[in-house]
Amino acid sequence: MRTIKFLLQKEFLQIFRNKSMLPIIFVMPVIQLVVLSFAATYELKEVDMHLVDFDRSGVSRQLVTKMQASGYFTLRSQSANVEEGITDIRRNKVQLVLVIPPHFERDLRSGRPASVQMNIDAVDGATAGLIQAYGRSIIQDFDAGIRPDVEEVRGGGPGGIDIIPASWYNPNLDYIKYMVPGILVVLVAMIGMFLSGMNIVREREIGTIEQLNVTPIRRYQFMLGKLLPFWIIALFELALGLLIARFGFDIPFVGSVWLLFGIAGIFMLVVQGLGLLISTVTHTQQQAMFIAWFLMVIFILMGGLFTPIESMPVWARELTLFNPMAHFIKIMRMVLLKGAGWNEIQHLAGLLALMAAVILPAAVFRYRKSTG
Amino acid sequence: MNELIIEAQNLTRKFGDFTAVDHITFDVGRGEIFGFLGANGAGKTTAMRMLTGLLSPTAGEARVAGYDVASQAEQIKQEIGYMSQKFSLYGDLTVYENIRLYGGIYGLGDEEIRKKSAELVEMLQMEALRDKRVGALPLGWKQKLAFSVALIHEPKIVFMDEPTGGVDPITRRQFWEQIYKVAEEGTTVFVTTHYMDEAEYCDRVSIMVDGRMDALGSPAELKKQFEAEDIEQVFIKLARGADRDEG
Repeated sequence: MRTIKFLLQKEFLQIFRNKSMLPIIFVMPVIQLVVLSFAATYELKEVDMHLVDFDRSGVSRQLVTKMQASGYFTLRSQSANVEEGITDIRRNKVQLVLVIPPHFERDLRSGRPASVQMNIDAVDGATAGLIQAYGRSIIQDFDAGIRPDVEEVRGGGPGGIDIIPASWYNPNLDYIKYMVPGILVVLVAMIGMFLSGMNIVREREIGTIEQLNVTPIRRYQFMLGKLLPFWIIALFELALGLLIARFGFDIPFVGSVWLLFGIAGIFMLVVQGLGLLISTVTHTQQQAMFIAWFLMVIFILMGGLFTPIESMPVWARELTLFNPMAHFIKIMRMVLLKGAGWNEIQHLAGLLALMAAVILPAAVFRYRKSTG
Repeated sequence: MNELIIEAQNLTRKFGDFTAVDHITFDVGRGEIFGFLGANGAGKTTAMRMLTGLLSPTAGEARVAGYDVASQAEQIKQEIGYMSQKFSLYGDLTVYENIRLYGGIYGLGDEEIRKKSAELVEMLQMEALRDKRVGALPLGWKQKLAFSVALIHEPKIVFMDEPTGGVDPITRRQFWEQIYKVAEEGTTVFVTTHYMDEAEYCDRVSIMVDGRMDALGSPAELKKQFEAEDIEQVFIKLARGADRDEG
């Protein structure tokens, strides 16, 4: 234990003396969290709208007024011809063509189902989704009896009309709450995977590792000396990130923060273990960085941060079983947003613990004090 | 010189087809200053890395401080000090922090570390530099520090790979004074060098050529055996027969 004390002392002295690493460790994640979380939000700005009103009734005018009053839609042009509206979409003049059918008012008054049509420019799919969602909620709010009939116009294609069913609303607010916990996971994972492993390879490059290798230092001691400092730093950063999430982004903390830190501790062991394992099979920081990034990109893209795991093909979904980041992102969202407790997440936590139990000993075992 | 610190029997190391160290056999006794000479690429560093447990031998055997290099490398490490060719202490730690770190790793108590570092720093006349970062020190001072770190746990033997390479003559002289002092106290010194005048300071000298140990004896014996005026001539006579290129 005494040896580890001296190793920790050394690592912390070095980390805090490194003028270029210190900002990377402490400032960059904060900036990343703030920038990514804001940038990853789809804020719906003013949508230009073309109106085709076949009804020309008081009710249809009220609907249009309500849409304009929401602040999201601006009436740019109107005509009595749907084709004209579509042409406007093609020319990028408007993004939405709202079609109100004849007898709209009459149908509504007599209690028959009435519908309006939204033709949306869906070249930018995400924005199209938002236009649809916003439009739908305004129209439904106007009268629950109206069934918005959504059609999306894609650039190019023959006919160019597509229908995407959507069932979400107020995506703006949901998105940031959904993203921030995930981004936090990515940030601590990066610290874990890159810093501890890279640290060993750097010692190998500089040659300082040789002096350590001629001492009676034990392999597990050496590994713990590399593991613990960044484990502590990552958890500290998670705390910092959670504070920003709570007070900067108003993310609710429905579940237990202590539970979250417990799981984070295990998760860090997994990613740091991977970093250390990589360091035992590489000779230069370049090699180590490349392998670490390779894994990192897969972990992020297949971790359910941007694209839901549920919509992946079955084989890919099964692969995410081996992705520690997918589990921790899920746990983070479940605990923070839904207030999940140990019972709900224990199977995921178990998977993480299992990974740590395999990867860490493998890294210690792979590390060689002597060659050949 | 009754107690043997190093006993090597046909110690061999191959890298693929290349035999870096070719069946070398020699002994080194307690308190002896053993010079290890050879052209670049003659296999000095490889031999030394095997003796320090950094590299396992392909064939043959060697015991260092009574332990087998192939199977007891970790036990050997408690008994040896090592100073590599390339400076390998932490440049971003101070002189004192480096000493403390290695003292701790070798299992010294806090009081011992304090006493030892004061002693070493004094011996090297580095008191004023105690709290300076090592990276900022001139090479000669760095090497002195590496020497003191190699000695902190009072090893039975200290291995030094070209300790005075690139060091100025005055520091070099001081260095050898320290080496003598340490040897007098009973620590064996195993040193490689390219400086032939340094070879003359050694109790015994071995000269490696193409991985073989072609000469072994006290400087006086070697000069007699090869009918040379000094070790440099011995070295040149032997090196002339080498097949391997320098470098």
